Amino acid sequence: MSTVLTQRMIELQGLTKRYGDTLAVDDLTFDITPGCVTGFLGPNGAGKTTTMRMILGLDAPTRGTALVDGKSYRDHRFPLHEIGALLDAKALHGGRRAFDHLLCLAQSNGIGRRRVTTVLEQVGLADVARKRAGTFSLGMGQRLGIAGALLGDPAVLMFDEPVNGLDPEGIVWIRTLLRQLASEGRTVFVSSHLMTEMAMTADRLIVVGRGKLIADATVDEFTSQGEHWIAVQSSNPAALAAILTDAGATVQKVDDSQQVRGLKPIEIGDLALGAGIAIYGLTEQRATLEEVFFGLTGDSVEYHGMLGSQNGQAA
Amino acid sequence: MSIADTAHTTPARTERLAVTNHAVPTQSALRAALVSEWTKLRSVRSTVWALILTSAFTIGLGTLFCWAYLNRRERRGDSIRSLLFDPTARSLNGVVLAQLAVGVLGVLVMSSEYTTGMIRTSLAAVPNRTVFLAAKTIVLGMVSLVVGMVSVFVAFFVGQAVLDRDGLGTSLSATGVLRAVLGAGLYLTLIALFGLALGTIVRRTPGAIAALFGIVLILPLIAQAFPEPWDVRIGRLAPFNAGQAMFSVRYDPDLLTPTQGIFVFLAWIVASYLVAMVMLSRRDA
Repeated sequence: MSTVLTQRMIELQGLTKRYGDTLAVDDLTFDITPGCVTGFLGPNGAGKTTTMRMILGLDAPTRGTALVDGKSYRDHRFPLHEIGALLDAKALHGGRRAFDHLLCLAQSNGIGRRRVTTVLEQVGLADVARKRAGTFSLGMGQRLGIAGALLGDPAVLMFDEPVNGLDPEGIVWIRTLLRQLASEGRTVFVSSHLMTEMAMTADRLIVVGRGKLIADATVDEFTSQGEHWIAVQSSNPAALAAILTDAGATVQKVDDSQQVRGLKPIEIGDLALGAGIAIYGLTEQRATLEEVFFGLTGDSVEYHGMLGSQNGQAA
Repeated sequence: MSIADTAHTTPARTERLAVTNHAVPTQSALRAALVSEWTKLRSVRSTVWALILTSAFTIGLGTLFCWAYLNRRERRGDSIRSLLFDPTARSLNGVVLAQLAVGVLGVLVMSSEYTTGMIRTSLAAVPNRTVFLAAKTIVLGMVSLVVGMVSVFVAFFVGQAVLDRDGLGTSLSATGVLRAVLGAGLYLTLIALFGLALGTIVRRTPGAIAALFGIVLILPLIAQAFPEPWDVRIGRLAPFNAGQAMFSVRYDPDLLTPTQGIFVFLAWIVASYLVAMVMLSRRDA
């Protein structure tokens, strides 16, 4: 067996989807590269699921293209070998046994029975393989969906909100799995509306709002974009504020400390020492990813502040 | 079983560390899809029930119709109606109800994909819509052909055995009889495919079943509302009447000839498939 790492990825070019008057996805252009977890982040209704459905060829784009491994999804003869996806854990026939559900998927792509057993063990469902999928809990359904995505041992994996509704144990399981799949050199593309969740799993973040691309950066780049200040507690806040302002900083009083922007900690310490002011606390602080996220998507949240006045409800 | 029984906190290892450029199977997409659709069809309970009902209606009702005829007044004496008696068609009369069971099976083969959400998983696995519909058609067609043919032949032989108690039965070697029995089996097969096409077009089970029953049962009744001779001219083009021409032996002036019947019925199937294919390709899943 060769171990050639092929550069399989997802390429979006001007991808657009219009439903009536609404642009669900608006001119998205980005590539998803192998070997890392790419988070696809945005508020509910930002067009994440629609984008993924277009990548899978389920919905036809109004404009633009989505390519998987250089080809349009519908042109893949056996796509499960290229890309495994879980968009919705409930997208199955509840009357079918878990094993049969996976078997019919496997057979449609020329995959053997043994692989079905392997993936069932891999996701921890081997014991319930003979149960009808409709009797599964949400977490078990999610695992079954992931087993389906792993069937073809694909280089690209795509998951839509995989931790939604899972218990803490399930969440940890998914996180570990995503990291592991990426460490095997696979392309992992995962959507979420939870910034904190993405911060824990993703290396790179693609942020969308109202169907538009808002940001495309690594998690580190992302956090460094955020606000950065120094929280200071001292024996004489009023005097210190005057000195620091003279030195060019802006000072803001928050609770029992002061937020100082524009000076380094060492400069603040030296200035306080010169004025005979005791420093009790001096900590660097930056905005959390969540705050950066809200800053970026604040304008794009579809339904904020319109409760009751519209029939639409973000879901 | 609770999730705790099956949950591992760490995912099990995959066999490899690097993603390999493994070979994609060389078989054709249709061949793989056929195997897959066969698994799908046999792994849900509704299939078994629909096929049992198809068989039971064909054989049970056919036998009942024949037995009931023995006690009919019209066959005593030489009335015109007794001269027109068609023992083959009589024994195949259960098809009237059996077509609904096998037609519903056809509907479910596609509509259950949509109502359960399985369609999104299915089309992600088989992105070529033509291959997808063709695989379902072939598998459903083969299964209903086998069940339909076996049922109509059993119904014919049992029915003739009942009618023979009064010497009214016929045999397969009589003119047109084998053609009529085969026609009935073919009719059941094609009704299943008609249901599949309707399920693809309508996508919801109740709507598709209503469409199926409406076209198969109600259309001939509506045609009767037309003034003569249009009631007959239009009525005989309805799928069920065209199908009846396929499984009648005795000439009925109100029906098409058997050859015309099969072509008119096939035209219905082809038309429904054209619409189904266009909709399946164009609409978002």
